[in-house]
Amino acid sequence: MSEDSLEGSRAETEPTLSDGLDRVGEKERRDFLVGISAVAAGALAMLAPIGAAVVSLLDPLRREKLSSEMVLVARTSAIPEDGSPRKFTVTADRTDAWAAYDDSPVGAVYLRRSGDEVRALNVVCPHAGCFVGVAKDNSRFSCPCHLSSFDLDGAVDDPTSPSPRDMDTLDVEVRNGDEVWVRFQNFLPGRAEKTPV
Amino acid sequence: MRGMLDWLDNRTGYRALLQGVLYERIPGGARWRYIWGSTLVFAMVVQLITGVVLWSAYSANAQGAWESVWFIQNQMTGGWLLRGIHHYMAQVTIVLLVLHLMQVLIDGAYRAPREVNFWFGLILLQLVLGLSLTGYLLPWDQKGYWATKVATSIASMTPVVGPGLQKLLVGGSEYGHLTLTRFFVLHAGILPAAVALLIVGHIYLFRRHGVTTPKSAREKPDGYFWPEQVLRDGVASLIVMATVLGLVLWSGGAHLGAPADPAEPYAAARPEWYFLFLFQWLKYFPAGWEVIGAQVIPGLVLALVAAMPAIGGWKYGHRFNVGVATALLAGIVMLTWQARVQDAADPEFVASQAEAEVLAERSSELAAALSGIPVGGGLAMLRVDPLTQGPRIFEANCAQCHRFQGHDGLGGQPADPPSASDLAGFGTREWLTGLLDPDRVATDEYFGGTEHVNGRMSRFVQRGVARFSPEVRSNLEKVIMALSAEGSLPLQVEQDAVQQAEIEEGRALMSGEEINCTRCHTFRDQTEGDVGPVLTGWGSRDWMLGMLHDPTEERFYGEDNDRMPSFGVEKILTEDEMGLVVDWLRRDWVRGDSQEH
Repeated sequence: MSEDSLEGSRAETEPTLSDGLDRVGEKERRDFLVGISAVAAGALAMLAPIGAAVVSLLDPLRREKLSSEMVLVARTSAIPEDGSPRKFTVTADRTDAWAAYDDSPVGAVYLRRSGDEVRALNVVCPHAGCFVGVAKDNSRFSCPCHLSSFDLDGAVDDPTSPSPRDMDTLDVEVRNGDEVWVRFQNFLPGRAEKTPV
Repeated sequence: MRGMLDWLDNRTGYRALLQGVLYERIPGGARWRYIWGSTLVFAMVVQLITGVVLWSAYSANAQGAWESVWFIQNQMTGGWLLRGIHHYMAQVTIVLLVLHLMQVLIDGAYRAPREVNFWFGLILLQLVLGLSLTGYLLPWDQKGYWATKVATSIASMTPVVGPGLQKLLVGGSEYGHLTLTRFFVLHAGILPAAVALLIVGHIYLFRRHGVTTPKSAREKPDGYFWPEQVLRDGVASLIVMATVLGLVLWSGGAHLGAPADPAEPYAAARPEWYFLFLFQWLKYFPAGWEVIGAQVIPGLVLALVAAMPAIGGWKYGHRFNVGVATALLAGIVMLTWQARVQDAADPEFVASQAEAEVLAERSSELAAALSGIPVGGGLAMLRVDPLTQGPRIFEANCAQCHRFQGHDGLGGQPADPPSASDLAGFGTREWLTGLLDPDRVATDEYFGGTEHVNGRMSRFVQRGVARFSPEVRSNLEKVIMALSAEGSLPLQVEQDAVQQAEIEEGRALMSGEEINCTRCHTFRDQTEGDVGPVLTGWGSRDWMLGMLHDPTEERFYGEDNDRMPSFGVEKILTEDEMGLVVDWLRRDWVRGDSQEH
């Protein structure tokens, strides 16, 4: 309702001014309430589908982490005695959404041996998640993506290396004399501290 | 007819709408320089058509994605063309977008009152990049898998919300079925819907403001969109389509790598070429600066571009904007070029690319040869393929001592010289012919690096065989045939069957006067002294598995075993792994039509 029409009504029908104002006020109130109700009804109607949608989309946030139990990866005899690293596929029983897989590949590790001691490094680069390779001469690790470089212990060996931390070491146990068991885990890339995914 | 159209117009008002669409007035008339937006609309329509039909055959799950794309590419009539058009149109779209953006900047078409439309365009650019990024993963091949891992890793670096954001994108902590369903809903649902809405808004605002005419156009008479401009737009779209078809035919269609494997390295992982500059960019940020490089600086650049309408209002603003845009473009081109040059100069990258190509072809060939992919999926199919796995196992476990055609099985060269025989062609007549050649038995190919170099076999060949008469020599050939036939090698069984008579003769000769293998070896029921390995079933799958399992067994080398590990007894290799390497050495694998090997 504009000012003009209010002026008009005042000029023509003096006695009904307050009536008019009341009516105008009443109509505005009424429109306001109807509007609010319309929006509220619409919002309420949308609440259930949007709520269900959001809750479902956010489901991954409340999923449990991968079980980080120890898995048998190799026998000590399969790891070179000279201390050079060898890559082993890590297989484990796992559930991917609706599907359960027996003994399927979940990742890979580099194992190194010095005497009876075995050390394990996750092959995934802590910089951006690529698969770190071993240099041809077995002298160091290097990532084919952004050229991160690590010594054979997995420590960053180059000040210009983009990797924010050393390669991720994994817990290893040698059981029954020669079974190498590894607690296989992935960690968040691109940060200085080692945070399990 | 006319009556019906009148009726329709009366009920819908379509003529007025059509009139509005077609007879848009263009100040200064139709021009070639106005085609860019229309070519982009055309590209989006092409993507919609090809995308929806691809969707009709695509299966978004970790055990169906690679498999269904392989089907589309290789089995579905016209599938390769359909996928090729979708793939290359995506790339051409990026080029067109950049051209469109540059033209808008140079012509100053971003200034008031067109700011909102400029922002719409910028959002569209990002949506299209999002479509490319999500589409790259969908075939679930090694290339897409590892390149996208980098992208989601970058998302996880976002301060505070990063880890959660990554989980939401990936659908959990690890890549899997939900990663594909989520990327697919982005690629085929949310992003295209957003693009469609924004294009409608973009065109609406464009119509509201009209084209930005160059000075030269101002004296010319006005024209209309139909038919002059539409003709130009149509011809431009035709050229775009011809380019895309040319690319599809030239390349043979879109590439499909080997199935994604979380346990196999893929050193050739690179994003699509239009993201290469970002990839290269990340190399220059040392530890601790990743977020700055990957997110903060790109974000600031984008903010600067978004602020260009405001900047353009200042005296030198427009020149500044054009300068910035040109510098950015030059920087992008330079980074892309650097990435290419560095990769081309890196022998390991070149080698891993070639290796990836071999694996891709093998995956596709296996699927075809098996007349479909086994229910376990493409990756499982590849994991039981001797041709793929054999060389890897050989390289890791055998090549410290043995060689295969002089290399480590994968084409590399181990640091130490060989100290055991070259196992390429083990069991074949050719291999035996070499072993029984006085000039070759003591070389690196056979006993050269072993203790057996001075053993009785070596002496027999160097002294005995060297003095054979021509007649005995021809008998030796029959012995070789007989011994080689023990292995029932898949590539030799047919020939063995044809030459059954000579083979029978050779078997008898093995215990004969001159050649007399059974003086040291056991062969069938013949034996005098059990010194060397048993020759019954020599080179067969069982014989070789037994040898790998434990060469110190009496029937093999016994106490004379020279450093060969007992791979089975010591559990260095599993039964499956031993089977794979043996099958590979015996050339016993599934063959495709094209395969010679």
